[in-house]
Amino acid sequence: MRKIIKYFFGDIIRSKWIIVYTVMLLVFSAGIIYFSRDEQKALLSLLNIVMYLIPLLSMIFGSVYYYNSREFIEMLLTQPVKRSSVFYGQYFSLALTQMFGFIAGIVLPLLVFNFGLNSIFLMTAGTFLIFIFTGFALLISILVNDKIKGIGILITVWLLFAVFYDGIVLFMFYYFADYPLEKATIIASTLNPVDITRTMMMLRLDISAMFGYTGASFKKYFGSKAGYYVSLFILHMWMIIPAMIARRKFNKKNF
Amino acid sequence: MIRIENLEKSYGKSFTLNVDRLEFGKGSVVTLMGPNGSGKTTLLKSILGLVIPEKGTITVNGENISGQCKYRNSICYMPQSSPYPPNLKVKEIISITKDIRKKQDNYDYELFELFGMPNILEKRSGALSQGTRQRLSASLAFMFGSDIIVLDEPTAGLDPYSSGVLKTKILKVKKEGKLILLTTHIVNEVSELSDRLVFMLDGRIKVDREAFRSVNENGKEFREMVSKLFKENGVAQNN
Repeated sequence: MRKIIKYFFGDIIRSKWIIVYTVMLLVFSAGIIYFSRDEQKALLSLLNIVMYLIPLLSMIFGSVYYYNSREFIEMLLTQPVKRSSVFYGQYFSLALTQMFGFIAGIVLPLLVFNFGLNSIFLMTAGTFLIFIFTGFALLISILVNDKIKGIGILITVWLLFAVFYDGIVLFMFYYFADYPLEKATIIASTLNPVDITRTMMMLRLDISAMFGYTGASFKKYFGSKAGYYVSLFILHMWMIIPAMIARRKFNKKNF
Repeated sequence: MIRIENLEKSYGKSFTLNVDRLEFGKGSVVTLMGPNGSGKTTLLKSILGLVIPEKGTITVNGENISGQCKYRNSICYMPQSSPYPPNLKVKEIISITKDIRKKQDNYDYELFELFGMPNILEKRSGALSQGTRQRLSASLAFMFGSDIIVLDEPTAGLDPYSSGVLKTKILKVKKEGKLILLTTHIVNEVSELSDRLVFMLDGRIKVDREAFRSVNENGKEFREMVSKLFKENGVAQNN
């Protein structure tokens, strides 16, 4: 498996995508830090970029890479290697290269401009999102053979998680406002990885303005500390489950 | 060497591969023939583990291959379309393949050199022509001296000289006691190369018999049989 990670890693680095990715993040973060004098505001803007942009980029990057390297995968699979190693090799190389890009593009500027501990929290959040959405990208690309269709589905998933979800939840709770909704809200917040990452960050940074509806009730229910650990646990689930399903599907796929 | 029992694999509603029993022994060349979409490649890919059958067992050298990967150390495969990652150089494709397979003391570079591969080591595989890629994948298939060599339409896209070289190599390797499984549409090739002919149709084995040894003696009879098979089943013979 180490060999396979090595090949995929080399291939990804060579594709120059990752360099564009890093430079783009770097431009964003440097610009935001430079132009907004207020530290808190800069952090919030960066956080928004992480919440919206990173999932989208991870999914598109992951699935375009998968579709373009189907030949490589097929070539590897005719050799004496386990299918799982090929899957994990690809998954980890994709996620790790993006993580490096993310660290170089966003976390380093934060550290340079003395954001201290907050930059570490942002790194944790970003890393979770990268791993989670790379898993989703692979899952969907493995299930859908047609590239255009696959990417269409990915973008829909992203819109759902990153944009529509909070709105839908808010609408539901507004509509059912007469009922006790505390538990439903908690459950709703765990059903969206972007939401729960945001909640986790907010519990750490204590910026209640950014909570969103689900996040606010999450805090009320669990309190800051326990809430943080619960959200961490749920994020792990979001990371592991889609990737595991993707691996299973990959093991049974016909090439 | 290879034994297939009650194999079943379906794609949608229209196609099912269905093989009750099939065995291939060493020191022989077996040719799979049949119209397009008759299941030849699916059968080969199931042996390689690229296609996962719904039912049935395939054993290679006595080992059930389901979920296994080590057995592929004794199989080399030359795919139909030679899909190599376009970004990799020829030498990288070779070194990756060597790196992944079990370590060997000596490699068989005969075909590799006859096909002029040493001259194009630095080229990216995306820059190679279809025929050159075929030659690369043929060279790779014979490089490891594995017991079983699976060739999916090896001569399609090769120039006459290269396909002659490849055929000579196939016969040579057969004498060393290896099993060569190939698919082809070219009738002459069957009589030139193979010891056994398996004719497939709609995912089933229609004819399984000894092939005809020489073109001169039995070529005519053999051609007639093949064209009859194609005609009977409503497929126009195009070779």
